[in-house]
Amino acid sequence: MEGFRYISGVVTLALDREICIGCGNCQTVCPHRVFEVADRKARLIDLDGCMECGACANNCPVAAISVTPGVGCASYVIKKWWMEIRGKEGPITCC
Amino acid sequence: MVKPLSPFPMLDSRPEEIPCCGPASSPPAGKDERPGYKICRYVRDFVQTGAGPVPRVSAELEFHDKLGAGMVRLGIGRDEYRIPPGLYCAGNPDRESPVLVSANYKLSFDYLRRELLGQDVWILVLDTRGINVWCAAAHKTFGTEELARVIEASGLSRVVSHRRLVVPQLGAAGVAAPALKKASGFEVVWGPLRARDLPGFLAASCKAEPAMRKLTFTMTERMTLAPVELAMVLKPALLIMVAMFFVSGFGPELFSFGRAWSRWLLFSRAFLAGLLSGAVLVPALLPWLPFRPFYLKGIVAALPVAGAVLLGSNAVSPVEMAAQAFICLAVSSYMAMNFTGATPYASPSGVEWEMRRAIPLQGVLVLTALGLWLVRPFL
Repeated sequence: MEGFRYISGVVTLALDREICIGCGNCQTVCPHRVFEVADRKARLIDLDGCMECGACANNCPVAAISVTPGVGCASYVIKKWWMEIRGKEGPITCC
Repeated sequence: MVKPLSPFPMLDSRPEEIPCCGPASSPPAGKDERPGYKICRYVRDFVQTGAGPVPRVSAELEFHDKLGAGMVRLGIGRDEYRIPPGLYCAGNPDRESPVLVSANYKLSFDYLRRELLGQDVWILVLDTRGINVWCAAAHKTFGTEELARVIEASGLSRVVSHRRLVVPQLGAAGVAAPALKKASGFEVVWGPLRARDLPGFLAASCKAEPAMRKLTFTMTERMTLAPVELAMVLKPALLIMVAMFFVSGFGPELFSFGRAWSRWLLFSRAFLAGLLSGAVLVPALLPWLPFRPFYLKGIVAALPVAGAVLLGSNAVSPVEMAAQAFICLAVSSYMAMNFTGATPYASPSGVEWEMRRAIPLQGVLVLTALGLWLVRPFL
């Protein structure tokens, strides 16, 4: 994001260009302009700009994008850790 | 001779003009009122459609709405400001008019309404449990299933002849356009990120400029969030302050109110300074503070703040001054780390990465400060 940069090299986003059909959905929905479609294929132009919201993977018609979506929020992570400690699974409600 | 009585004026007058004792009478019941229902203040009237009457909303925000905006931000009476989910409209929409999708959070709905002056549109409000579009999308309450449900429940396909919905771009984490098309037959056109870009988007026949698709985090946007951050920690902060009054009073003779009070003032100054540093200073200075992890930004911002607190604590022992500094730094660091959730660019992987480093550091600072605080009266 312009003027703001978060920690590099940690995001879980991955794009399989073999499967991609170049529909451009990811480029449209990404709020951080992480994708660019050229020659009927999407490409990651700013991987570290990703905030893992999951919008791209959710709207990819061929499941070429994988990301562990979540909320970049400290109380969310605390709740996630707490559930891991107690060995529980399920949706985390927060924020 | 007895004077004849003058006719009793109340019997002659029309019902709405009853001159009566006691408080002034209410206006007569409107034609749209139904037993057991209350018409929301933002509804001007009702429009007849193929799916029954649809409320037409006002594009102007009243004082009541602005007051409500402040209340929901601070989390006061959020439920009272929930918007009932379903179909609404603005202006004079027809069967070809666009359908805008929104959340049933008061601010989402009001910000949308405000931009609709002079527009003829349908508005489909999802039941997001009173949460904004983006957060609800992350929890899938603003999602494909809920959207398909409201399309069905509202009878939208009897109201419009086309099969297109304008869904806010930030709803894309919850709404999957390909799946919605299969489930309901409706196609998604991704709307702009911000409601204020809607007039431009609609004027360009539902085309978004690249700038409409990119997030920003301006000073105004950041400072709007500062009071929210503080309101969210109000309860635990008060509990800590009460507990620290008792902790501050412990000493060789067990407990002294005098000591509790004087040391509680010292603690509170450091604690509140740390809160303000992390929740106000960090958001304000966010782009200029060094380091990318927020917990470090919180520490950097708190350094001058802690310095100022110590200057105001002259004639206190160095042990207490060290504890004050540690508390101030730890609280500011924690609050800054918490601010990640309010920013539109922190990834959960990044937040987890920094928390693995931040929590041990903050823990050591707090425990050291607490130790020094307890030991001091015995020295």
